[in-house]
Amino acid sequence: MIVITWIVEGTWPACVDAAGAVAPADAEIVLLHVTGGEAPAAARGAYAGLMGRRRPERDPGARVAELGAVSARDLLEAAAGRLGRPCATAERRGRTEREVVAAAEGADLLILARDGDDTRLGPRSLGPASRFVVDHAPCAVLLVWPREVPAGPLPPPPGPGHRPPLRPD
Amino acid sequence: MAEAVSTGLLAVVLIAAVVRPWGWPEAVIAAPAAVIVVATGAIDPHQALGQAERIGPVIGFLAAVLILAQLCDDEGLFRALGRWLGNGAVPPRRLLARVFAVAATVTAVLSLDATVVLLTPVVFAAAARLGARVKPHIYAVSHLANSGSLLLPVSNLTNLIAFAAAGLSFPRFAALMALPWLAAVTSEYVVFRRIFRSDLYAPARPEPAADPIGVPWLVVTLLGATMAGFVVTSLAGVNPAWVAAAGAAALAARGLARGQTNPRAIWRAADGAFLIFVVALAVVVAGVTDNGLAGALQRVMPSGSSLWALLATAALAAAAANVINNLPAVLVLLPLAAPSGPGAVLAMLIGVNIGPNLTYTGSLATLLWRRVLREHGEEPGVAEFTRLGLLTVPLALVAAVVALWTGLRVIGG
Repeated sequence: MIVITWIVEGTWPACVDAAGAVAPADAEIVLLHVTGGEAPAAARGAYAGLMGRRRPERDPGARVAELGAVSARDLLEAAAGRLGRPCATAERRGRTEREVVAAAEGADLLILARDGDDTRLGPRSLGPASRFVVDHAPCAVLLVWPREVPAGPLPPPPGPGHRPPLRPD
Repeated sequence: MAEAVSTGLLAVVLIAAVVRPWGWPEAVIAAPAAVIVVATGAIDPHQALGQAERIGPVIGFLAAVLILAQLCDDEGLFRALGRWLGNGAVPPRRLLARVFAVAATVTAVLSLDATVVLLTPVVFAAAARLGARVKPHIYAVSHLANSGSLLLPVSNLTNLIAFAAAGLSFPRFAALMALPWLAAVTSEYVVFRRIFRSDLYAPARPEPAADPIGVPWLVVTLLGATMAGFVVTSLAGVNPAWVAAAGAAALAARGLARGQTNPRAIWRAADGAFLIFVVALAVVVAGVTDNGLAGALQRVMPSGSSLWALLATAALAAAAANVINNLPAVLVLLPLAAPSGPGAVLAMLIGVNIGPNLTYTGSLATLLWRRVLREHGEEPGVAEFTRLGLLTVPLALVAAVVALWTGLRVIGG
């Protein structure tokens, strides 16, 4: 059994804990992190805007990309440490949600955390990236709350907007 | 004929400034282009000399500010800012607020160049250290490098060029631009909080870092004195560039004495070739505007300082900054805006400074810039950045212009 655990800044500890709890002892756990290209691209773009005063050795995009690689490695190391059992790590670069879906191909289970508003139960608990991954994952998905499950009412009764429209005739 | 030659040369200069063929400094292409513009009689030599005399001191001023920023970095100012950003148990939402405050202030005081080059990596490191998702914070820095550059003449090269021509004093410029600066930064913040809601809700790292921040008080004091000096000299009728030069000289002397820097590093921060590039660009632009473009733009350029005229001026300037780049845009538009008074010049600056958040570098450059990114194996993510620009730029433009119009009525143009 292959269990892919998607490691994302902020919400990863809950995923690692879930992997430890649900993966059978003989399962292969893969900790997956994806570095999106947006931050270095934004830094390079802003630098390109400084017309006439760019020098390749001062490009902040290169520095940001370097820092990104270091922080991804640290994050995967911390996740492996928290898991505390043998696992593989995978680092990918590109469009985050698409890379996660691609990495889940051939896996049996994908574990991810809700990445939206986790302060209350409701539709905003999934951000765009995890929404995409849940919709497109080619395997079973375990969706966990990043912190304790928020207290709160179950879905409220339909509001006035849900009533069938009144017809005058 | 003269018009065709100048226009063609301007296109060559702008493309070369983005592509930088064979890694040449931009001046290598721009300087011969300026010589050709003069030699073909598109503008007369006296006028070219006048451009050089006008632009030269402005670039000297910028060079002093760039040296000052680099020396502040040598003294640990940016490292201290990074430690403050990532200090304590900071939830991502509070980190974004801190990033906005720091980026808007650094841009205003030390220019957008300092924010782009020196602050961006520091913000990335602080966000990564907190375990936050970096994207909103890095986008915030690159946006605020533009929209945070409204406050002072030193905040942006465009401001320095226009400030010299508009006949505004340093404190008057700052007083009239304080409200627009606040309005632009606030509207960016509101949009960022909404767009990046899901990234900002994610929990922060539970164990807070608590390193001592180690504020370099000497540098902070010197920067404060430099800002005060800008006001005092400006009121006394002395060019405030001398204050920037004095501040840079004081820090340079200290850095050299302590072996933190060397004359070569200081010279590189000042970037001598850039001076030649901007003067050459100004000459080539004058060749284009004097041979038809000025007349054509005069017809669409609004005059007067009513709210509608200011809004239209800012919109036109933002469009120009997006078609070419804000540096040539300000050179083209300044002579047209100046006769309508300081209000029109400041509205034009709001447009050219905030406008680039739509396409970073002007669309011409953006097309070329995407090629550069592909060489680095990075997906540009232009769709997301453009969507963010479409949401922030019109809102920030309108908010800033309304604030300017209010300021002009209260303080007077």
